[in-house]
Amino acid sequence: MTPAVVPRTDWIPPALLLAIALGGLALIGNPSTWVTLSVAGLAMGLLIFIMSSGLTLVFGLMDVMNFAHGLFIAVGAYVAASVMKFLSASVDSESFLVNLGALAPAMLAAAAVAGLLGLFFERVIIRPVYGQHLKQILITTGGMIVAEQLIHVLWGPDLLPLPRPATLRGSFLIGDMAIEKFRLVAVVLGLAIFAAMLLLLNRTKIGLLIRAGVENKEMVEAMGYRVRRLFVAVFVAGSALAGLGGALWGMYQESVTVAIGANMMVLIFIVIIIGGLGSVGGCFVGALLVGLVANYVGYLSPKIALGSNILLMVIVLLWRPQGLYPMNKQ
Amino acid sequence: MISKFLSGDGPRSRILAGMLAAIFVALALAPFLFPGTRPLDVAARICVFVLLVASYDLLLGYTGIVSFAHTMFFGIGGYGVAIALSKLDVGWSAIALGAAAAVAVSLVLSFLIGLFSLRVKAIFFAMITLAVASFFAILASQLSDITGGEDGITFKVPELLRSRNAAYYMVFGMALALFLALLRAVNSPFGRVLLAIRENDFRAEALGYRTVIYRTLANCLAAVVATLAGALYALWLRYTGPNTTLDFGIMIDILLMVVIGGMGTMYGAVIGATIFVIAQNYLQDAMKAFSEAMKGVPLLPDLFHPDRWLLWLGVLFVLSVYYFPHGIVGQLRARSKR
Repeated sequence: MTPAVVPRTDWIPPALLLAIALGGLALIGNPSTWVTLSVAGLAMGLLIFIMSSGLTLVFGLMDVMNFAHGLFIAVGAYVAASVMKFLSASVDSESFLVNLGALAPAMLAAAAVAGLLGLFFERVIIRPVYGQHLKQILITTGGMIVAEQLIHVLWGPDLLPLPRPATLRGSFLIGDMAIEKFRLVAVVLGLAIFAAMLLLLNRTKIGLLIRAGVENKEMVEAMGYRVRRLFVAVFVAGSALAGLGGALWGMYQESVTVAIGANMMVLIFIVIIIGGLGSVGGCFVGALLVGLVANYVGYLSPKIALGSNILLMVIVLLWRPQGLYPMNKQ
Repeated sequence: MISKFLSGDGPRSRILAGMLAAIFVALALAPFLFPGTRPLDVAARICVFVLLVASYDLLLGYTGIVSFAHTMFFGIGGYGVAIALSKLDVGWSAIALGAAAAVAVSLVLSFLIGLFSLRVKAIFFAMITLAVASFFAILASQLSDITGGEDGITFKVPELLRSRNAAYYMVFGMALALFLALLRAVNSPFGRVLLAIRENDFRAEALGYRTVIYRTLANCLAAVVATLAGALYALWLRYTGPNTTLDFGIMIDILLMVVIGGMGTMYGAVIGATIFVIAQNYLQDAMKAFSEAMKGVPLLPDLFHPDRWLLWLGVLFVLSVYYFPHGIVGQLRARSKR
């Protein structure tokens, strides 16, 4: 059993993040390049966080690892692409408010469809295989195969364009610093979602139950709460967030293919392993680490860039084998 | 006599025995029974994939761990032979050197991955292997000076292997020998320990077996056999590239074959790989005909589009995991027991 002490916040991982940012500044030398890269890194990191937070919570709550999480990302991106195409007049308008009239429905539709799909997926695919890790991995992988093929059937096998709204194209120029507008939007949105999630988890009763459920499921059940329902809610919310993240990520890349889900899956796994399986705070720090390191290394030596994530994971695991914020489970 | 070759682990079902015998005879006489380039190519593919899937079954079915890095070892074998034959003098010594180097690389990698991540949960191992395998695939396409990048490597093979029949019999013979060796391994005391770990790793540890060591050994053995399968496939194709070895799609294919055929049976690999490769090559023709017949009906032609064959195998896969966890082989054996 874990001793009943109030855990103090561990500041070393955030400090590490800061150290890497400063180290990046020292190595890159040019401050304006550094700002551009940092904003890009933060935007990428926050988008990854939006997509992966649900997965890590689901694992913490119910010990379920969904290898088909990338599916929600892909579906979100495809739904957003369809909505944006339908509203293409507002997408190309020069007024930000009109743009928002296309962007907001696209985001909401992406989240809603992914959330509904998550509900279906939990019922049909995952519910029969609780507690059986091997079958979970196999079943969710199988679900991913089928779903990817169905996306091909519904949207066709070709690359789909996903344009950014007109007022979010191009960059701001502050002095000689170029900051892409869309990245800034991604940062703001990502921080807002993170703040909302922290509020929900730390200041509401549902949040309290979720955190308690992650720590000790049986005890929460013994108190008379239905962890199962909580879990379904978290699963659906996580899927919706993945869909939202997928829509944003698709706009970030300005195109969608069915591989978007599987490609992100690898990054997401790296992030939640780095963060510590089940830890939302760890997931946040891990996502930012991955985003920043990927952008810095990509600038400093493009050859190593692709391996930088794996290298980062190995280094973090050698330092803390259970991830940055290990979850104490009995 | 036959029982000795099969390490005393026979098919245990008449229908299964009949199917296996038919597959064996068809593969052994493939150049004479099915003349032509495409059928022989299908037969060679079946041989290679039987071996590859059997080695994966050692991990998934016998040890109970899911790896997504099996294609990585398959690729290492292919690239080992390809690089040796394209940089050195064409000859058997180059093949031997390339294969040996590939096996050494695979051994070290699988040992490291195993020690690093097999201590903890199966899920953790699956995630780590997925990350490592995707990294390796990117690496192979980036280091184009050595690996030929996306184009891969086309290379020359020794005189003897230029005859298609001779090359086929080399693939067939090696695959058969290695498959029987795997069958021997899973029926040895070592294989029993693996089964014990799969059933209850805590109890196996309590009995005094170091589960980490056994799991790592199984991981290394599977990796070595996959590497050899990759080398054979490269020699048959006279080409190695990301799409024939490292592609994540091939990993999915392996999973489908082992689950549909039957996990933890070894013979499941034979049945699964045969059905899958034949479906891959001939099901599409059938679906094309059906899709065209359904023209005008909404959605149906798209669902049966020849490119959507994986959809149906995926559905079969999901159903198999739910209802027939031991696949076709398990079903046949259960039926003959009744």
